[in-house]
Amino acid sequence: MNNVFVYCEIEGTTVAEVSQELLTKGRKLADRLGVELHAVVAGTGIKGAVEFQILPYGVDKLFVFDGKDLFPYTSAPHTDILVNLFKEEKPQICLMGATVIGRDLGPRVSSSLSSGLTADCTQLGIGDFDDVKTGKSYKDLLYQIRPAFGGNIVATIVNPDHRPQMATVRSGVMQKALYEGNFRGEVVYPEVGKYVSPEAYVVKVLDHHVEAAKHNLKGASIVVSGGYGMGSREGFDMLFDLAKVLHAEVGASRAAVDAGFCDADRQVGQTGVTVHPKVYIACGISGQIQHIAGMQDSSIIISVNSDPDAPINRIADYVIVGTVEEVIPKLIKYYKKNSK
Amino acid sequence: MTLKIVVLAKQVPDTRNVGKDAMTAEGTVNRAALPAIFNPDDLNALEQALRLKEQNPGSSVSILTMGPPRAGEIIRQGLFRGADDGYLLTDRLFAGADTLATSYALATAIRKIGGVDLVIGGRQAIDGDTAQVGPQVAEKLGMTQVTYAQEILKVKDGKATIRRSIDGGVETVEAPLPLVVTVNGTAAPCRPQNAKLVMKYKYATCPSERSAEDPRAALYAERPYLTLTQWSVADVGGDPGQCGFAGSPTRVKSVQSIVFQAKESKTLAASDADVEGLIQELISEKIIG
Repeated sequence: MNNVFVYCEIEGTTVAEVSQELLTKGRKLADRLGVELHAVVAGTGIKGAVEFQILPYGVDKLFVFDGKDLFPYTSAPHTDILVNLFKEEKPQICLMGATVIGRDLGPRVSSSLSSGLTADCTQLGIGDFDDVKTGKSYKDLLYQIRPAFGGNIVATIVNPDHRPQMATVRSGVMQKALYEGNFRGEVVYPEVGKYVSPEAYVVKVLDHHVEAAKHNLKGASIVVSGGYGMGSREGFDMLFDLAKVLHAEVGASRAAVDAGFCDADRQVGQTGVTVHPKVYIACGISGQIQHIAGMQDSSIIISVNSDPDAPINRIADYVIVGTVEEVIPKLIKYYKKNSK
Repeated sequence: MTLKIVVLAKQVPDTRNVGKDAMTAEGTVNRAALPAIFNPDDLNALEQALRLKEQNPGSSVSILTMGPPRAGEIIRQGLFRGADDGYLLTDRLFAGADTLATSYALATAIRKIGGVDLVIGGRQAIDGDTAQVGPQVAEKLGMTQVTYAQEILKVKDGKATIRRSIDGGVETVEAPLPLVVTVNGTAAPCRPQNAKLVMKYKYATCPSERSAEDPRAALYAERPYLTLTQWSVADVGGDPGQCGFAGSPTRVKSVQSIVFQAKESKTLAASDADVEGLIQELISEKIIG
């Protein structure tokens, strides 16, 4: 009762990285609250294949639901599992990835339990809340901090009266780390049929196709990113040349993605990937708040922009004032010349 | 088969330009201070609905929106593109709703409309970016849901076949009606407004948008399709305790404007000397290379 739960998402028998990131965060919250960290995972043929990917992040108790037709994910069976498990376990907090699955499952579960859900949190913490309208005070609520309004403001959301307090978090926002403290590491295998009604299996997945990620933007130590200022898809391709010589990954601003310069999965920012590289080279990116939110933790930021007053320059360590067509070939040339 | 389709559409503040007075003291949105637009993903949803209507003669498409009286504009824009009619949920009791209370209100209205085969909405709205209302409406109605749809390929024999995006890939699913579908912003764009439909519906309004002595009263009497359905909490038989702020489990504790820590930056020119100097500095400090 009253524990912190993390829903672990899988593809086949591989646990999603975002779930491991949330286990690490969940462990910290559980420690702060003096409760246990529990995890739940559901799939087909996962018994014996997923436990070691979940427990080392400090999980006290893991619920493994292994049954036919639990993979590929469909909404209703996974909803039944969480709703019925939560009715028994009464957790105070439930975290899940702000992925396609988490954003499909979270709201359905929250509606069924009439509990509050906050999407795409960028920070989670524990603290008190005084409701000015009712005069009631609450201790140790989950602070769910998220950007709103296109990233122009940050709101702290709380769920005073309803449990569990549910939140989704995007991949890469939290950092995963194996837990070094003590934890119980118990694993249970509940009978799926006791949690999922037979009528839940109504959606048939005719075809499920997932490609291994083409890039590792999230974990890259150098990111070369382009914005609308790259001018065209062809212009944007210059960044791949620069990335190749620097052994970097290519990112993009939303404006560049919207303009069709590159694929949406390279978008850096509040609604894309959050990156924490050693070096972030922003080329032709003006620096809208929602973009900065996804890269501000980069150790060194270099901005290449023809506009000396571009907003991104304010957070940059180095600003090269010039056009991307002029500067990028020079970066390539002088890197090649000096790196040997 | 003929389909009764409801499109969920939201009038949203254009979050691309947000000023200081955008939030109220309670931390909810001050919509009056911002330009209002048709939520982009909801237009993609409308297009999917209109295509199904064309493929299944005799089908109907209704717009359902919740908001202040001026949200009637969303219904008009839907009619201009080919929707058949619209419903505006407007009541002070709906104000301050989080996603759960919004979903309750929409689900109650859909139940009142009755006999709905498909509810189609945008994946998410640009003011909140939560993507929660679609699945929550589905749960409240006990309907199956398919989110992140890229295209509704067909509806046949009481089942819809839908291509959807998933993380790192695509999926094709078959789901039984009645069904809630949310549609990606990358799905087919919505058709433009049709000039004939603009002519037909330009005076279509909800009662709350009209004045007591409206100069077009005679026109409205003559053409009933110009009067859009407007419902209050009582009209849909809603429980006020589950609507608006009262029905919202979440509370906004605080809101802050974002201020990024400005750094002391070194400004360089695009000259060969400056660029080479920077590269040499980064390499010598083992930052790159």
